Amino acid sequence: MTDATQPTARSKTSLYATDARTKRRNAAEKRFRVYGIVAIATGLVFLVVLLASIVWNGIPAFTQTFVTIQVELPEEKLDKSGERDLEVMKKVSTFGYAPLIDNALAATLEANGIDSPFSKNKDLRKIMSASAAAQVRDAVLANPEIVGTTQEFRLLTSSRVDGYLKGRVTRDSIARDKNLDAEHLDIVDQLRDLGVVVKTFNWDFILGADASESRPESAGLGVSMIGSFFMMLVVLALSLPIGVAASIYLEEFATQNRFTDLVEVNISNLAAVPSIVFGILGLAVFIQFAHLPSSAPLVGGLVLTLMTLPTIIISTRASLKAVPPSIREAALGVGASKMQTVFHHVLPLAMPGILTGTIIGLAQALGETAPLLLIGMVGFIASDAPDTFVDGFLSPNSAMPAQIYEWAKRADPAYYERAWGGIIILLVFLMAMNILAIMLRRRFERRW
Amino acid sequence: MSPLWLLIIILVLAVLGFMFGRTRALASVDDHRKLHSRPNYYGANVAMLAFVPAILLLGVWLVVQPIVVNSMVSHIIPETSYEDAGALNLIMSDVQRVADGLDTAIEQGALTANEARTLGADSTDIRDLLAGVGVALGSNVEPEVLTAAQRYRSLSSTGAWFMTGVILLISLAGFFYAYRQTSGALRARNRVETGILWLLIAAATVAILTTIGIVLSLFFNTVEFFRLYPAREFFTLLEWAPSFSGRGGASKLGIIPLLWGTFYISLVALLVAVPIGLFSAVYLSEYASKRVRSYAKPLLEVLAGIPTIVYGLFALLTVGPILMTVFGDDGLGWMGGGRAVMTAGVTMGVMLIPFVSSLSDDIINAVPQAMRDGSYGLGATQSETVRKVILPAALPGIVGAILLAASRAIGETMIVVLGAGAAARLSLNPFEAMTTVTAKIVSQLTGDSDFASPEALVAFALGMTLFVVTLGLNVLALYIVRKYREQYE
Repeated sequence: MTDATQPTARSKTSLYATDARTKRRNAAEKRFRVYGIVAIATGLVFLVVLLASIVWNGIPAFTQTFVTIQVELPEEKLDKSGERDLEVMKKVSTFGYAPLIDNALAATLEANGIDSPFSKNKDLRKIMSASAAAQVRDAVLANPEIVGTTQEFRLLTSSRVDGYLKGRVTRDSIARDKNLDAEHLDIVDQLRDLGVVVKTFNWDFILGADASESRPESAGLGVSMIGSFFMMLVVLALSLPIGVAASIYLEEFATQNRFTDLVEVNISNLAAVPSIVFGILGLAVFIQFAHLPSSAPLVGGLVLTLMTLPTIIISTRASLKAVPPSIREAALGVGASKMQTVFHHVLPLAMPGILTGTIIGLAQALGETAPLLLIGMVGFIASDAPDTFVDGFLSPNSAMPAQIYEWAKRADPAYYERAWGGIIILLVFLMAMNILAIMLRRRFERRW
Repeated sequence: MSPLWLLIIILVLAVLGFMFGRTRALASVDDHRKLHSRPNYYGANVAMLAFVPAILLLGVWLVVQPIVVNSMVSHIIPETSYEDAGALNLIMSDVQRVADGLDTAIEQGALTANEARTLGADSTDIRDLLAGVGVALGSNVEPEVLTAAQRYRSLSSTGAWFMTGVILLISLAGFFYAYRQTSGALRARNRVETGILWLLIAAATVAILTTIGIVLSLFFNTVEFFRLYPAREFFTLLEWAPSFSGRGGASKLGIIPLLWGTFYISLVALLVAVPIGLFSAVYLSEYASKRVRSYAKPLLEVLAGIPTIVYGLFALLTVGPILMTVFGDDGLGWMGGGRAVMTAGVTMGVMLIPFVSSLSDDIINAVPQAMRDGSYGLGATQSETVRKVILPAALPGIVGAILLAASRAIGETMIVVLGAGAAARLSLNPFEAMTTVTAKIVSQLTGDSDFASPEALVAFALGMTLFVVTLGLNVLALYIVRKYREQYE
């Protein structure tokens, strides 16, 4: 009582004016809120920077510089016998074709009144890709009738010239580069003004095969895309039935016992095992022990199956759990067996959820790289598309993410551009799969 | 007969079994309502017995036969011609290659089956012969290898004939047994359902088998490694310098620098991810309006859906150069190259933000509303409630989430392979290149090293370490999270 009657120093406090302590507390509140906003903003900025650098660096990979020239195909060089016998014509290697292109380029320069600073036509070759001769040779072998005529070809330029048009290569940067000289760039500048050298969309990047280290201009993602496709077939064919069967057992039939516990613990742990450990498993079990061919999409698919199984099981169990017990009880009530209840009623109702989970699991598997490195899907040039369906599973191939890694490792900066471009393609696939999953969920999701 | 044809025959038998079983069941009663089960179950019962035992046996046979044949053939190779098990393995793979080559030669008509059996190494040059049909051999074929290969072929073909016979027999036996039993009173549905149940159980067992496979493949190779390389050095040596030229001897394979690199990079990653992730989670669950939440949360989670190879490239080509302009020679001069602990750590941190934020979000949301209301009732501000009530209550769960994130960081491969560099170093400078356990697993196992050398086998020991560490972290984290959940349920 006595305390209350004593006048205190703080008696002047009014409820209408905030005192220092309240101010401090309010300031702390505001600060805390700002921290949260800053944190989210930082996360989003990272996302934007990531996506921007992918798009910014990757878009140029989809265009390529070509030169359109008239190439003379003299009979005495390409087919001495004149009989158009393919076996004989195949003996002329790309070395036999390269001078033709040099000459054609020189002729183009002359026709357009451009002075060549080089004494020999051969010196112009640095403008062209090393694949250009192969391009002409393939065209000739595909259609031997064109020998002896002059044909118009759209040929790849070298990656340095391509980089010059894209702004990656500058006159300063080639000063110490023995693959191209400033004189070549002068010629390219003039040819570009004439429309002979053009940069256009390049389907070969999406559909073509990988190329050797020195020819980034002709490398494409197509063959490894086929490898990824076959891997996904394996993953889908194995992980969906096994995952669904395991989930049905665990969710609908299993009683609480040691075995069930063991399975549950294993699944939750496998979901968190680093992906590279699955690569080691694949190497030791499928390649060392079972002698399956290394680098084969089949092995990659098997490894990725084991990796995706936990994801699929977890999401399948969630969607089975979401089916209300009344459905089961109704089925059991009209005399269905437990098995019939599950397969005729519960499973169809859970199917949209299961498919959504499976697609998301597949998307994860599609982007996974680390295990593929261990089973040998990198380190070689995936240049041949498989001939037959069975070959697609068994013959060595790369996969999209492994191919991107392979490009990122190569020394030529032109390959970095292709790696970014590859990422755009990969992300387009992932996005399509995720959108499909979301649409499935929206379309078929039921609220009970 | 090839296994594929065998499989097709069994499949045909199963289909026939289905049709016959169904017909017989229908024929056995005058009214189909008198059947115990629906007609299809009788068919399925016959198909099941014709198919399942045979296919199981086929699988087992295909795995076991090569092992048995190998061990029988390896007795032919005189013990004097090899030194250890590794050399024997090499000889045995030669034997296999020669045997396969002979098969190809017969297929292409370069040899008759009889010639392949009787051919002696002295009379013909096997290497040229096989090269002619497109099978390249590394060296000339020793007489005992040829004998072994011929023995291998004869044993394999005998085995294959046995297999065909036995499996067809089993399949037919199952077929007829089930077919004879088929009558209206047979409880076919129950049988089929029991079969399906076992199938489901088998599928659930795959998870256990995977774990066993991982543990065994790591364990045996690790033991093999420790036979070639002293375990004490592996765990205590402060140096990582594998020699690529010779076998063993010169290599120094100490795990400590790798563990240090792993730990350091993960630490940087967590220092980035935990504050950002945690504050985002708090803001999203306590402050954000529904609208903001519905946009910001999925956007942040996009970061989790991006494959790690993308982050790896991002580290190598974007984060590295950016850090170089600030800390490199042109800036502060702390950084020697784009690949460094910071590069990999920051990128990994970005990757882990959604991981930390969505896990903590769940945990914060699980804190009962009553605790918040109590705190507000006492006059606490929102931030005071979060800091003094919610976070302490959610702490065990958040610690669990951070541990899970740490285990992710430790096991992450592509970012460190591309962003962290290849040199194993024990240093405190975060701007220096270091390497991690996962990066070294990749570098030791890619390329054409032979799997018998300690330089390749060390990867399995590293994998074992990684597996044990991440498993320990996961178990601990799950335990903590579960314990915490129970508290409020």
